[in-house]
Amino acid sequence: MNPEARRRLDTVLGALLAAAMLLALYMALLQAPRERTMGDLQRIFYFHVPAGITGLIAFAVNFFASLAYLIKKDRKWDGLALAAAEIGVVFLAIVLVTGPIWAKPVWLVWWTWSPRLTSALVLWLLYVAYLLVRNYVADPDRKAVAAAVFGVVAFVDAPIVWFSIRWWRDIHPSPMLESGALAPEMRPALWVCIGAFMLLFVYLMRRRVSLETARRDVEELHSRADLGQ
Amino acid sequence: MLGKIWSVLHKDLLIELRTKDSLNAMLFFGIVVLVVFNFALESVRETIRAAVPGVLWVSFAFSGTLGLNRMFASEKENSCLQGLLMLPVDRGIIYLGKTLAVTVFMLITEVVIFVFCLVFFNLEVWREIPYLAMVFVIGTLGFAAVGTLLAAVSVNTRMREVLLPLLLFPVVLPILVNAVEATHIILNSVEYGALRLPLTIMSVFTIVFGTLSYLLFDFVLED
Amino acid sequence: MIQVQGLTKRFGRFSALRNLQLEVGRGQFVALFGRNGAGKTTLLRIVAGLSRPSAGTVVIHDPQPLPPQAARGSMGYLSHNTALYLDLTALENLRFYARLLDMPCQEDDLLRETDRVGLAGREYEPVRNFSRGMQQRLAIARAFLHDPGILLLDEPFTGLDQGGAEFLKNYLAAAHAKGKTCLMAVHDVALGYGLADRLVVIEKGVVALDAPRHSMSLSDFQRHYQAISRER
Repeated sequence: MNPEARRRLDTVLGALLAAAMLLALYMALLQAPRERTMGDLQRIFYFHVPAGITGLIAFAVNFFASLAYLIKKDRKWDGLALAAAEIGVVFLAIVLVTGPIWAKPVWLVWWTWSPRLTSALVLWLLYVAYLLVRNYVADPDRKAVAAAVFGVVAFVDAPIVWFSIRWWRDIHPSPMLESGALAPEMRPALWVCIGAFMLLFVYLMRRRVSLETARRDVEELHSRADLGQ
Repeated sequence: MLGKIWSVLHKDLLIELRTKDSLNAMLFFGIVVLVVFNFALESVRETIRAAVPGVLWVSFAFSGTLGLNRMFASEKENSCLQGLLMLPVDRGIIYLGKTLAVTVFMLITEVVIFVFCLVFFNLEVWREIPYLAMVFVIGTLGFAAVGTLLAAVSVNTRMREVLLPLLLFPVVLPILVNAVEATHIILNSVEYGALRLPLTIMSVFTIVFGTLSYLLFDFVLED
Repeated sequence: MIQVQGLTKRFGRFSALRNLQLEVGRGQFVALFGRNGAGKTTLLRIVAGLSRPSAGTVVIHDPQPLPPQAARGSMGYLSHNTALYLDLTALENLRFYARLLDMPCQEDDLLRETDRVGLAGREYEPVRNFSRGMQQRLAIARAFLHDPGILLLDEPFTGLDQGGAEFLKNYLAAAHAKGKTCLMAVHDVALGYGLADRLVVIEKGVVALDAPRHSMSLSDFQRHYQAISRER
């Protein structure tokens, strides 16, 4: 895609995103019915859950991009993996912050070691570790390999972590329950928010990946200049 | 192929037998952690038996990390790793040999730490030993399976030894959770049937990560 | 035979090797000269399969064409790092490598190897007690235990005393006479000139000079070499 078309797509995407976010805000804060027990506080749910879903998708993208890099050794996959990990960390951070905000007034505690929240925390730690690996290797090619290896390990680990924590919670049940069922009247708001977050994810990925591509291009130019001497 | 894995393992065991560097450090650190926990858990002294599984596995994990770091640090000396890489052997064999070596060192350390634990916390366990042995072996194998891979990754970075715990602990959480639970079931309850699930999860973890690390090891060692 | 084509190796923005071409024929002894950082070590490591190039290819004809990783059995690599385990004895070090190389690893076979490099009487001592010269002798035994057809050496004379250097010189001359292909990076110009039948100077990641030894005298070569090194 030539730069002109790319910029046009980004603008359209940006406009769509702005509209979607406004709609999402409206649906979540105004349109959706008030929850019986928790009141307006429950509306955080409309951002907490989509952020979680999008975070998981980000990590799936990281996994496939890491695998692709290990097989193909093309740095564009590494750029994709990095973007996905960074964005995933941010979205999961949103989950980890909105969780306590929701929990404190309802259950009078900041943190519940519920399976979902605990797994989210461990997943967040795994991908922060991924970013740390990248930070501590200087050479770009070796950085990409080390990170890709860890990305694959982290993703394979995630379901085992989830399963272990679920089982652990079953043995040590806590009085705090996570809300499971969702009233049908609330579903439209949730879907709109999920859609808006997906758009946000795509938009952020495009911007981050193009930044990384630009960085690689600069590096390429530098080495070509170096070679030319 | 088994012979070559044994050669790699045997070489590390032989060096350790001579110098006892790793084992001394691992043992000492593990016991120090026990002592620290003793002070940390003073306020719950009556129910300390309940805390023993957690204390044990934290101690194992910390001393295990020391052992893992040493495993590759010793190859960096004199560029021994280079010599290994020039051999026309599948790099996975180096991985398996080293994983087994770490497992052996950790198991030795764990037995000693466990004995100290019995003494420090005044426990009596005789019937439970075969079950504990099973949990220790599978848990340690799982820990070493992914630890060896991540140690190879960290040793080539700027931060070396410091990076390994940061990478390892989140990944190895399923082993720790299940091992602690399994140890708890053995020490503090009577129905051992409940052991099946944690042991299964730990075994799955070990097999999955043993295979994955074996496949990924090639990528980590090349420059 | 070693074929290096269009070899480039980048470390971030810095290119250690730039589109390097080199062909080493069977049985040739090539001495690699060049300043520190010129790219000699990088080149040797890539030929040995220890490092991957950013671009370009290396083909080892074994006789069939193979990438370096697949040709490890035909190559031996010796650098100024000995790759020896200091806490093991000389014999134990060799036994370890012999086992992994599928070479005979009985006591007698290994003693023969240590004898060959002049370490008779010290076989059962830990390598930690060896002098630099003795360690390098053992490293030679280790690196070439499987009698490879291609010897890759990265400044192997570093830190060797007179006796050790004499030994290595004779060893390499004998290997060359036996028909081994040798690619050796070396600092001492006279030493390299004496052993090689082809002189190659690497400067800034490319081949700056490539001439058969008989085409110039030692002093000629030294002049050319200095001229190349002086150029910025």
